[in-house]
Amino acid sequence: MVALDINGQAKPSGTWRKKLSGATGPLVGLLALCIFLGFSTDAFFSLRNGLNILDQITVIGIMAVGMTFVILIGGIDLSVGSVLALSMMVMGWTANIAGLPLGLAIAVALLASAVSGLIVGLLVTVFRVPAFIATLAMMSAARGVANMITDGQQIVGFPDWFMMLAIDRHFGVLTATVFLMLFVVLIAWLFLHYRAEGRMLYAVGGNPEVARLAGINVQFVTIAVYVVSAVLAGLAGIVLAARLDSVQPSSGFGYELDTIAAVVIGGTSLSGGAGGIGGTLIGVLIIGVLRNGLNLLNVSPFLQQVIIGVVIVLAVGAETMRRRRA
Amino acid sequence: MTQPVLTLRGISKHYGPLQVLKSVSLDVHPGEVVALLGENGAGKSTLSGIIAGSRAPSEGTMTWLGQPYAPATPREAIDKGVVLIHQELKLLPQLSIAENVFIGRWPTRNGVVDRAEMERRAQEQLSRLNLHIPASRKVAGLSTANQQLIEIAKALALDAKLLILDEPTAALGGAETEALFEQVRKLRAEGVGIIYISHRMEEIKKITDRIVVLRDGERVQEFADSATPVRTVVESMVGRSLDRLFPPVPVPTERPVLQVSNLTSAMNAFRDVSFEVHAGEILGIAGLVGAGRTELVRAIAGADPVKAGTIRLNGDVLKLRDPADAIAKGIVLVPEDRKDQGLVVAHKISENLIYANLDKLGSRWITAGLKKAFAEKAIATFNVKGRAEQHASDLSGGNQQKIVIAKWLMRDPKVVVLDEPTRGIDVGARAGIYDIIVNLARQGVAVIVVSSDLEEVLGVSNRILVLAQGNQAGILNREQANDVSVMELATI
Repeated sequence: MVALDINGQAKPSGTWRKKLSGATGPLVGLLALCIFLGFSTDAFFSLRNGLNILDQITVIGIMAVGMTFVILIGGIDLSVGSVLALSMMVMGWTANIAGLPLGLAIAVALLASAVSGLIVGLLVTVFRVPAFIATLAMMSAARGVANMITDGQQIVGFPDWFMMLAIDRHFGVLTATVFLMLFVVLIAWLFLHYRAEGRMLYAVGGNPEVARLAGINVQFVTIAVYVVSAVLAGLAGIVLAARLDSVQPSSGFGYELDTIAAVVIGGTSLSGGAGGIGGTLIGVLIIGVLRNGLNLLNVSPFLQQVIIGVVIVLAVGAETMRRRRA
Repeated sequence: MTQPVLTLRGISKHYGPLQVLKSVSLDVHPGEVVALLGENGAGKSTLSGIIAGSRAPSEGTMTWLGQPYAPATPREAIDKGVVLIHQELKLLPQLSIAENVFIGRWPTRNGVVDRAEMERRAQEQLSRLNLHIPASRKVAGLSTANQQLIEIAKALALDAKLLILDEPTAALGGAETEALFEQVRKLRAEGVGIIYISHRMEEIKKITDRIVVLRDGERVQEFADSATPVRTVVESMVGRSLDRLFPPVPVPTERPVLQVSNLTSAMNAFRDVSFEVHAGEILGIAGLVGAGRTELVRAIAGADPVKAGTIRLNGDVLKLRDPADAIAKGIVLVPEDRKDQGLVVAHKISENLIYANLDKLGSRWITAGLKKAFAEKAIATFNVKGRAEQHASDLSGGNQQKIVIAKWLMRDPKVVVLDEPTRGIDVGARAGIYDIIVNLARQGVAVIVVSSDLEEVLGVSNRILVLAQGNQAGILNREQANDVSVMELATI
């Protein structure tokens, strides 16, 4: 980012700032939070606790990548928590009740998620239903289908290798699920930053009419983004299933709001066209570190909710102030 | 002469070291229309903001009807009777005309809004403007011209003694402009002082009593007679002598590139339009607002649907479902609304340039270096005053427009359609845009220019297609075309 000073001269700011594209505020907040927790608790700065935090944020982290895409194009996706549950139940049913191999069941679950994303995408583009309404409807419908699959019952008992994905620390540090999240984040970052298709999301979010007149297929981009968001929510469901070693249709209740909070704390603008994965990763980490730290400090879960609410307001408020000054 | 309603003495404004107004003095008398002229960035909007209370001057004093005047908020200015009417209309479309007129100061009775009284009083203001629309009607769906008049009615309901009109005709066609002027003259006769900001010299001549020119924040000249030759005024604005505004128009080839036959809009905006544009030719499209000009060119660029007719490019019939189809064939559109259709103003210049060229960068992996190189080439080619990393919103209108044009010309298009290419762009920067248009034709591109500015259409076109209420009224050659012949066709 190059700021203009008052005489029109260029004032180059550091390249590290450029890479984070507007996420400096959240990054400072995250560092301050870590330093505070490092002084006020003994357990915070330990490898073990760090790995715990990573384990805890995998589910939200994967969903937040899809949500970043959606919010970047100026949309919103309220259905991710329910799609996560749908994906879990489809996987559980296909593997344990229909008796197919678990690997195949995972593919079927992701396919089911993709279909729900496709329905949302078509509603938003072809039928011009506002994203808020379309995904609100999908939030209800997907949750309902998830419940119908087993009549609200949970399914337990998956192969050992599946559970180990979330437990076994490879090279002594990272589990397969954490690897998966980092991989998703890295791919998404490269995609948004460097791929032509990634830049299209910014164009569509910045102004859909400009994008259309520039020859970008706005409908296709929009549908694809909702499909990706749903598939990533489905993938998060698989990860959650591995972590819990069970699937239940009530999973992921309210996750959509945590996910949106993480994206917004990370500096992606709800009006679309500005933000990115770097910020979202920081937003997810802030929520993860905050929860972990507040637990270490024995803060009650109710008070934790209040604090997270305050953090959302502070993060977005600081970002708005920064933009106004710029 | 009478006592001025408003006097400004030594008004300066600086933001840090940047001085945008330097000791400007101005008097506005009741019943006169003062033109405030200047290029973009000359300080016109800062000055009108100061008068209307949205900005505070750094130095200087103002008096209002003989009393010291220093409004801290727009509300304070409005209460005194100073009303600024913005270029962009600020009406609430889903509310009634009456509600818009009285917004924030609804007449009440026993604590509830008295709708009958409100509508009666609004109707009064509307009839004062010769606007015969029921005040209870919703604003949505009214023409831009009528919305403009409602803004004025709003000002009248506030008992305005000074009206600042900031480019009121930017979105109006000839007949509507005339209707607006009639109201302005009426207000002038009623003793309202008016500051009129516009880029259109013809209008200034017609409606204003004297001209005050600002350049670089300074009041450089005043012309007591608004009939001063345009060139003299423009030269005072840009601070140098202008050799010419329009470059010589090249002679087109005999080879038709774009052939449109019996094209009919699916939205009923135009019907049965047929014309050809040759390689190296500039076809102007003129007509009143609502004549279907924009819709016609949008259809050619694939942005709006057509019901019947064909578009041929180099003999091949095109089937255009969306702009991407047209772009792939080499037909590109520079849309009429630069800020809402041409650019994502909050994004960088380099980003804006690549949005239209994502398939032309040589690689689908867009590195910072590739983006920068591409943007710098465009900036150098079109002599844009700006840098790749600047946000589009930081550029002047003329430079923004150059970016919108540049993003297409990097693709070697065969047909370039420009809709209102110089709307809101100051005179000095216009010549630069005209040079680009004429150069395109020289390179053998077929060019279509739509404009509400008659002088512009006449100045750059080889031929002029005139639309009237969606019908093709005729095509005039350069030799036959003048403002009278075009307006005759446009008002059929």
